[in-house]
Amino acid sequence: MHMADALVTPAVAGTMYVLSTGAAAYSIKKVRLEDDPKKIPVMGVMGAFVFATQMLNFTIPGTGSSGHLCGGMMLSALLGPYAGFLTMIGVLLIQCLMFADGGLLALGCNVWNMAFYGCFIGALLIWKPIMKKGVTRGKIVLASILGCVLTLQLGALSVTLETLASGVTELPFSVFLATMQPIHLAIGAVEGLITAAVLTFVNEARPELLWGVGENKSESKLSFKKTIIVLAVAAALCGGVVSLFASAFPDGLEWSMEKVAGTSELEADGSVYETAENIQTTTSLLPDYAFKDSEAAVGTSFSGIVGSLMVVIILTLVCYAFKFFKNGKSVQEN
Amino acid sequence: MDSIEKKLNEFKSIEELWQRSHWMNDLHPLGKLLISVIYIFTVVSINKYAVTPLILMSVYIIFGFVIGELSFKTGIYRMRLILPLVIFVGVLNPFFDKEVLLQVGDVGISRGVISMFTLMLKGFYAVLATYILIATTSIEKICYALSVLHVPKIIVIVVLLIGRYFYIMGEEADRIATAYKLRAPHQNGVHYSAWGTLVGMWLIRSMDRATIVYESMLLRGFKGDFSSEKIKVRAIDVIYPIVWITIFILIRHSYLFL
Repeated sequence: MHMADALVTPAVAGTMYVLSTGAAAYSIKKVRLEDDPKKIPVMGVMGAFVFATQMLNFTIPGTGSSGHLCGGMMLSALLGPYAGFLTMIGVLLIQCLMFADGGLLALGCNVWNMAFYGCFIGALLIWKPIMKKGVTRGKIVLASILGCVLTLQLGALSVTLETLASGVTELPFSVFLATMQPIHLAIGAVEGLITAAVLTFVNEARPELLWGVGENKSESKLSFKKTIIVLAVAAALCGGVVSLFASAFPDGLEWSMEKVAGTSELEADGSVYETAENIQTTTSLLPDYAFKDSEAAVGTSFSGIVGSLMVVIILTLVCYAFKFFKNGKSVQEN
Repeated sequence: MDSIEKKLNEFKSIEELWQRSHWMNDLHPLGKLLISVIYIFTVVSINKYAVTPLILMSVYIIFGFVIGELSFKTGIYRMRLILPLVIFVGVLNPFFDKEVLLQVGDVGISRGVISMFTLMLKGFYAVLATYILIATTSIEKICYALSVLHVPKIIVIVVLLIGRYFYIMGEEADRIATAYKLRAPHQNGVHYSAWGTLVGMWLIRSMDRATIVYESMLLRGFKGDFSSEKIKVRAIDVIYPIVWITIFILIRHSYLFL
């Protein structure tokens, strides 16, 4: 998975350096906030440990081949995402300098592809939510396999995108992707199993070494206000920007209707249909996703944003209504 | 399991190179780090169909290996880890990009063949340039250069510690592997029934070792930073990188003079 310098152009390498530096700066801030001076030597020794264990071969049952340990997920489960990420940067830098595994210019890409996904996605989106309500052997196995598979898939996808963006290969996107993803699916599954075996043992022997196990629910939860803001911004972006690139071709249903009936809009006769159509024409503010009597692109963006925000508002109200009725019911039961 | 020994030997041979008395080892680490990064940056920025500047860029590699008295064989051996992906990415270029760019006698060389050749060459150069850096500059000195460049202290310390403890951990991995091999002589790797206990025990021991390391560091006055002696900057430390960087720029834009 380590990318070589030859596979990236300075523009791609620079972009990935900026992204990785951002993640590193955030991690440094978080580690400093933890204010645990003991953590730095632990990070160093654990980095060396992961490096050394990667040299051990593990027999893959029934295949006759062998695999090695997944560093990112393992470090995240022991040190947390931020300290784990910084440790992985150290491991990747030493690997690139000492063993030519990776490259100095491609370091930003490798940090992103392996450390960012392994530590941030693996720890925050997989390990922590699964372990929130306590740890069991099954949960460790699930989190390890899911974490390794998903983060390796994301890493492999990033390698494909970074190489193609650099323009060094004539390989079509589909061919590159079809080669990279299945290989890393198998590697991820094996690495997940090894990680699970090790973490299960640690949980049985010294459970306090595992990170994020049984932490307070309210501490880790993204606040309601933040969730709504994130959803609103995402909805506005999708509605306002992405809607401009919506395909002009008919959708699946329209395409099927055109094939069957010869037209995508069926004619309907009768007073009921006419009345309904009149009501719709009078009340619709943005017919056909545009301003009335206008074909301007801004109308499409505006429709997208308004539509998305209305969906968010309606869903929020439905959730509140559901919560209100549920609370009422539980009060009655008590 | 032999890979552990090979890696440890590789590490040991690099450590031996750090101990040599050679003028390239005595150069300021910051200058050498900058030369390496700018060299790789220049090499990968060269157009994939531009063979001439890429061939000219080999002067730094030849200089580094000949004057630095380094083994070409070792340098090329280091290619083994990144070579598979580079080959996979480049090997199909001739099949997808068949337009003839160069005519050598009756034989037409396609753009795909040239881009494959330049990709391989770029891969070689980047690995060999990194080898020139690491063979003449210790991890401690590279960490010093990183701290001069204001790379956050925490990253520098972690890199330094990984560099220092890698060999100890590697030796421990070798001992574990040898012990396991003696108990299970005909097995390819660690059996799955021992995955958890074998590595888990080792991991717990390592965590305990980290605590001991931390306590020892505290006893020796560790206050969150490693104090390293300031390396003096001599005239050659400034002239050497300037000369090389100028050469790289001239080669990169050589088409302007042709």
